[in-house]
Amino acid sequence: MPLRIEIVSPEKRLVDREIDMVVVPGMEGDIAAMPDRAPLMLQLRGGVVALYENDKIVDRYFVAGGFVDMGPDRCTVLADSAQLMSELSADEARDRLRDLETQWAQIGPNDVDAHDRMSREIQSVRAEIEAVENPAFL
Amino acid sequence: MASLKELRGRITGVKSTRKITNAMKMVAASKLRRAQSQAEAARPYAEAMRRMMAELAAATRGADAASLPTLLAGTGKDNVHLVVVLTSDRGLAGGFNANVVRSARQLIDSLLAEGKTVRILPVGRKGGDILVRHYPSMIVEQLSGTEGKDVGFDKASAVGAKIITMLEAGGIDRCTLVYNRFVNAMTQIAVQAPLVPLPVAENDNAEASDAAQYEFEPDEATLLAQLLPRNLQVQLFSALLESAAGEQGARMTAMDNASRNASKAIDRLSQKYNRTRQANITNELIEIISGAEAV
Repeated sequence: MPLRIEIVSPEKRLVDREIDMVVVPGMEGDIAAMPDRAPLMLQLRGGVVALYENDKIVDRYFVAGGFVDMGPDRCTVLADSAQLMSELSADEARDRLRDLETQWAQIGPNDVDAHDRMSREIQSVRAEIEAVENPAFL
Repeated sequence: MASLKELRGRITGVKSTRKITNAMKMVAASKLRRAQSQAEAARPYAEAMRRMMAELAAATRGADAASLPTLLAGTGKDNVHLVVVLTSDRGLAGGFNANVVRSARQLIDSLLAEGKTVRILPVGRKGGDILVRHYPSMIVEQLSGTEGKDVGFDKASAVGAKIITMLEAGGIDRCTLVYNRFVNAMTQIAVQAPLVPLPVAENDNAEASDAAQYEFEPDEATLLAQLLPRNLQVQLFSALLESAAGEQGARMTAMDNASRNASKAIDRLSQKYNRTRQANITNELIEIISGAEAV
């Protein structure tokens, strides 16, 4: 039985198809969704969503945080933003990381919300650079 | 009978009105294209989010309501309803605002008839003005809409934050959103969408008992604390986009009608003008001829 995967970002629906397995980057580690799994709701960290067919990766998307809803026959990824891996650029991501780090230095020590948000964003951009530069490790 | 001078004045007047309505139509048409593509692009995300939330609501239905976040299950009471009404800031958009307000008033009146307390949060100046007149004591605060600019996510966040604050302070028990859903440039449908508590998935109950074993990662409280406010913002954002696209569509249609009516009025007035002119000439001729005959 195949698994129906949907990847949706606020801008558009990127994927809506049937595959064998999908691996998503959860807050506490990567998790694979296969058919007939128990329902799970998951918060994402910035990382790569890999779609598998016949034990091979057919597509890779980078997501910058979001949520996943897994069920026995479907997996819905609600990404804060999502892009095909081949469309990413490490240089552009490095620029963003530099901007974020300057912002990070400016926020006050007591602004817990901003710290939380910023550290998530920085993690996501770092993961993006990592993913582009070392795709073999994924 | 109107004099020639008066008629000329009226024709110029209607012509300049037509110029304005025509220009407004063009502006609305170009804004519509943008707003429409934005609204349509945001739909899948909001829909997937809504589906996910409905499943979540179904999965947690059996649990003790008091232990769940209020955004998910409500406060457990059903006394105070908040009605959020999205309208435009500017008029001249046909029945756009009237439609939403009518739907909102139906909802409010039926809630009042059931003996509930109703509070109203109008977003957008036009609807706010009408609702203030009808229910002056129930308005929480009048928020402006998008003021003609693009819809930003911060607007949705701001409205969402207000709702959450009221909910946590215990000021409201339930919340419903009333807005215009964009269908096409001619049609907008006024929709009432429940925001709090989350609507439960209707599909089948067999799945609900099964789905009760949802697992959460990280733990349920942390995930829900992130997911629920996010859902509220996304639903508001999508509604704001729909409403903005609907407004431009409604304005375009209304201004198109107005331009057409102006053209018709100009035709009618021109004909009247020409007839009057002809009658005047005939009169003068008759006067000259009968004058000559008398000599």
